[in-house]
Amino acid sequence: MARLLGVEIPNEKRIEASLPYIYGIGATTTKRILEQAGVDPNIRTGQLTDDQLSKIAHAVTSSGLVIEGDLRRELQSNLKRLTSINCYRGIRHRRGLPVRGQRTSTNARTRKGKRKTVGVMRTAKKGK
Amino acid sequence: MGRSLKKGPFVDQKLLLKIDKLNDTNSKRPIKTWARRSMITPDFVGHTFMVHNGKDFLSVFVTENMVGHKLGEFSPTRRFNGHSGHNPKIKG
Repeated sequence: MARLLGVEIPNEKRIEASLPYIYGIGATTTKRILEQAGVDPNIRTGQLTDDQLSKIAHAVTSSGLVIEGDLRRELQSNLKRLTSINCYRGIRHRRGLPVRGQRTSTNARTRKGKRKTVGVMRTAKKGK
Repeated sequence: MGRSLKKGPFVDQKLLLKIDKLNDTNSKRPIKTWARRSMITPDFVGHTFMVHNGKDFLSVFVTENMVGHKLGEFSPTRRFNGHSGHNPKIKG
C-alpha cells in the first residue's frame, strides 16, 4: 500500500488502476496525470520509486484538481445552497425525487429507493 | 444545454425597467410578475417578487445565493398533497 496525497492508499495494482481509487480521479484524469508526470501506467503501484510518486502527487496538485474531502465538501455545499434557497432543484433533492425532469410515474428507482406501496389500504388488509 | 454566453442573461425588459425604477428610488415594494423565465441578476437582490405559478402569486424574497437562477424556480407550479388513503406516517 502506497500513500499518495495524504490519506490515499491505493493497493498493489497497476498505477493506472489504483490512481482512480482517489475520490475525484477517474480513468481519463489518471491517463492525463501519468502522462504529465512521465510515469509508465503499467508499473505496479508498489514498485514506484519515491521520486515517481512525488511526481504524480505534484501533477495532481498542480493541475488544480479538487479531490477527496474538498470535493465531497464542495458537492455538499452545492446541495445545501440549492435546498436553502428553496428552488425547484433543491425541493427535488429534499424530497428524494429526480432533479432533472425525469418521469416519476414509473422508474426513477435510483432516486426513490426501494418500492413502497402507497394508496388506499383495504380494511381487511389493514391487519397485516 | 446552457444559454450562449454571447447573449448574456435573459431578463424580461418590463421587469428590468421596474427594478431599475425601484432601485433609483431606493424603495422595496413587492413586484408582481409573470416573468418566470427571467434570470435573477445581482440588481434583483433584496427585492421581493410575487411570482405567478399559474394560479397564485407566490412571494419570493431574492437573496444573493439566488443569482443565476430563474424566478420560476422559486414558484412551484405543481402541488402534491399525497395519495388518498395513504397513511401520512412517512412524509417526505
